[in-house]
Amino acid sequence: MAENTMTIDQSQASGQVAAGLRRTPAAHLTAEMAQVGERSQGAVAVRELAFPVQLGLRARPGSASATALEGVLGVPLPTGHGQVTGDPDGLHVVWLSPDEFLAVDVSREQVPGEGRELEDALEGLPGQAVDLSANRSVLDLRGPRVREVLEKGCHADLHPRSFGVGTAIATQLGPVPVVLHRYADSGYRVYPRASFADYLVRWVLDAAEEFCHEEVL
Amino acid sequence: MLSIPCPECGPRDEIEFHYGGQAHVAYPADPHSLDDRGWAEYLFYRDNPKGLFAERWQHAAGCRKWFNALRDTHTYEFSTTYRVGEPRPDVADPHPGAAPAGPSTPSNTPSSPAGGTL
Repeated sequence: MAENTMTIDQSQASGQVAAGLRRTPAAHLTAEMAQVGERSQGAVAVRELAFPVQLGLRARPGSASATALEGVLGVPLPTGHGQVTGDPDGLHVVWLSPDEFLAVDVSREQVPGEGRELEDALEGLPGQAVDLSANRSVLDLRGPRVREVLEKGCHADLHPRSFGVGTAIATQLGPVPVVLHRYADSGYRVYPRASFADYLVRWVLDAAEEFCHEEVL
Repeated sequence: MLSIPCPECGPRDEIEFHYGGQAHVAYPADPHSLDDRGWAEYLFYRDNPKGLFAERWQHAAGCRKWFNALRDTHTYEFSTTYRVGEPRPDVADPHPGAAPAGPSTPSNTPSSPAGGTL
């Protein structure tokens, strides 16, 4: 255990040094994303969130492991498809599968050693808590035309009758597997894996291009 | 495009799924007792019915869970889907006339040489 503690302390120290060095997966497209927001006059505003906390959780809801995780999180695990529990602007938990969840905190940046409390809570119990903050990029899409942009490449039904505010599903956007969370009336978060972020941002910008021009009737 | 009802996520488009071949092919109870022919039949021999067929699917882009489905190989119609570990539901073939007469393997018997169900 002493060795583990030392490693964490070292990574925390190097984390502070690296704070100004790390880049989000789509950081090189920041200007293009901002431009689409301006050119579409807010119809489709795209930005990437900087290093939100993402923790992968595995436990069966109702089990001792789930209770232990819920105790640390302070948020109950969702129990069914599409559900999100907690505060969509702070710490919330997204249902991915009957025994797999993604805890996301968009209100603060990830720091090294994230999720250790959850790991400790699972001591001796079946289950898993892993810091997956670098696994996925988090894109924030806002605006009245965002649903139309997403519907160009998403096979899931995004109509409000089946995809209301506070729903999140794992699906595909174009060819890219993503988690899609509708956190506000016209606000969506898209979670592509980091290596797909460049492609997906360019795909979204291309799909949003038509809303940057006056409608031709 | 087919709409496949995932037991966990509900109906989703076929593009999100991955096909896994025939369901309920049990691992041989005593693999060491099989001769080459028996092992080859376990590995490679599968039913090919015209009509209801129990097959495995995975919701690859969604919950990533494997499940079983009863699908009509003639009409592509999904009769039902059920979780892994659940027994094959007793569903009547919606198009019994579609199956040709003649020597065909019954679709609900596992093709593996030594019994047991998965």
